[in-house]
Amino acid sequence: MQVNVNVNGDGQSHDVEPRTLLVHYLRDACGLTGTNVGCDSSSCGACTVHFNGEAVKSCTMLAVQADGEAVTTIEGLAPSETELHPMQQAFHECHALQCGYCTPGMVMAAVSLLDEVPNPSEHDVREGLEGNLCRCTGYHNIVKAVLSAAGGDA
Amino acid sequence: MIPAAFDYERADSAEQALALLGEHGDEAKLLAGGHSLIPLMKYRLANPAVVIDIGRLNDLSYINDGGDHLAIGALTRHRDIEIDDLVGSQTPLLAAATSQVGDPQVRHRGTIGGAIAHGDPASDLPAALLALRATMVITGQDGAREVSADDFFTGFLETALGDTDLLTEIRVPKVPDAGWSFQKFNRRAQDWAIVGAAVLVNNGSTGVGLVNMDSKPVRSAAVEAAVSGGATASDAAAVAAEGVEPPADLNASVEYRQHLARVLVRRGLEEAGRA
Ligand SMILES: Cc1cc2nc3c(=O)[nH]c(=O)nc-3n(C[C@H](O)[C@H](O)[C@H](O)COP(=O)(O)OP(=O)(O)OC[C@H]3O[C@@H](n4cnc5c(N)ncnc54)[C@H](O)[C@@H]3O)c2cc1C
Ligand code: FES
Ligand code: FES
Repeated sequence: MQVNVNVNGDGQSHDVEPRTLLVHYLRDACGLTGTNVGCDSSSCGACTVHFNGEAVKSCTMLAVQADGEAVTTIEGLAPSETELHPMQQAFHECHALQCGYCTPGMVMAAVSLLDEVPNPSEHDVREGLEGNLCRCTGYHNIVKAVLSAAGGDA
Repeated sequence: MIPAAFDYERADSAEQALALLGEHGDEAKLLAGGHSLIPLMKYRLANPAVVIDIGRLNDLSYINDGGDHLAIGALTRHRDIEIDDLVGSQTPLLAAATSQVGDPQVRHRGTIGGAIAHGDPASDLPAALLALRATMVITGQDGAREVSADDFFTGFLETALGDTDLLTEIRVPKVPDAGWSFQKFNRRAQDWAIVGAAVLVNNGSTGVGLVNMDSKPVRSAAVEAAVSGGATASDAAAVAAEGVEPPADLNASVEYRQHLARVLVRRGLEEAGRA
């Protein structure tokens, strides 16, 4: 069926099977491969995107559920080709990634967290990112980056 | 992993959802937030021929003051309940249990109705609703009926909902002055409870709901009877594993679950009693 989704401000329209997961719609139909698939079982958060402004796991949504709605992926976060989003900048500055596989989901979850809790404590950040797993960093620098993006001392 | 193929129908109103259920019967599955159903379909543990998407029934997403209770629409998302002022002041136990569900991404999508209709003994919300003596409003092909939480959960992933019924509302008694506690034990962040306990102490009456201690969500009749017979928190908690049959799995043996129930119920009774 025809599924129309506003992805990063662009109207996307693709004919997909109802069983198509949102993450495959984004990667395969829209060609936006920034969103990763880690566990494929709703646990790791690598596939996190914003659905109508809120963080969701795109491996646990059907593309048809997003028909007529708005999705933002990691590709849609930066304000321009040459500038990073403040959260991306903070991850860069705080060395909050190693292999980088979890990073797109981590950044999307962190941006959604700050929308809901603008001045988080370290505890708020750790709780707020509990849906995102990182095998490399030990989380320390990720938490530091999110606190720094929030304007707190990191 | 992708689900097996299915026909997709979207309902734009409760009436339309009921009509589609009437048409497709047990061939169909309702899709609310999808955070129980989609994983099951990906693992091919559920293979419905028809999926009826009720995720956009905004007329069933609400939290209203019903006088002596809060009326919560079945399609209200966990996140909206977790941060709602009325829920926070009138039934804080429900807010606390909801805030323990999964992670923020899960709470942005999952609905209270889906969590209850799924009938999972490992879910946090049924235990809280049992302790709170909530009632469920089920709308069937011939109209609506009210079912108490006690009568709603009938077995493992089984509820009082028939194949062509829609859960429409959850009514939660207001208990602004009650003592309460929600205890959840898990090994990792975002996990389901290995065991959990929801405790409500209101006007001398005590409700205790248990998570993952039987094949269905249950109240602990043994603990409630002990408390009303005057037992202390620790004496009452000592019977927390009586009358229920906890499962054994990778995370815990039966004995370990029984132990956790006693510990968590004691902590819950103590915390609720201090309020
Ligand atoms: C990673 C992860 C972690 C989780 N952790 C927890 C946790 O710690 N604790 C916890 O309690 N839950 C947890 N959950 C489950 C979560 O609470 C789900 O949101 C909830 O169980 C199902 O709600 P849903 O709206 O997504 O329902 P769906 O998945 O859409 O539906 C679930 C079932 O209910 C039926 N149904 C849905 N709505 C209705 C209705 N209105 N009337 C009749 N039938 C209906 C559907 O047909 C289906 O059979 C977790 C889920 C995930 C993916
Ligand atoms: S790929 Fe979606 S949560 Fe892991
Ligand atoms: S940086 Fe490698 S998984 Fe997080």
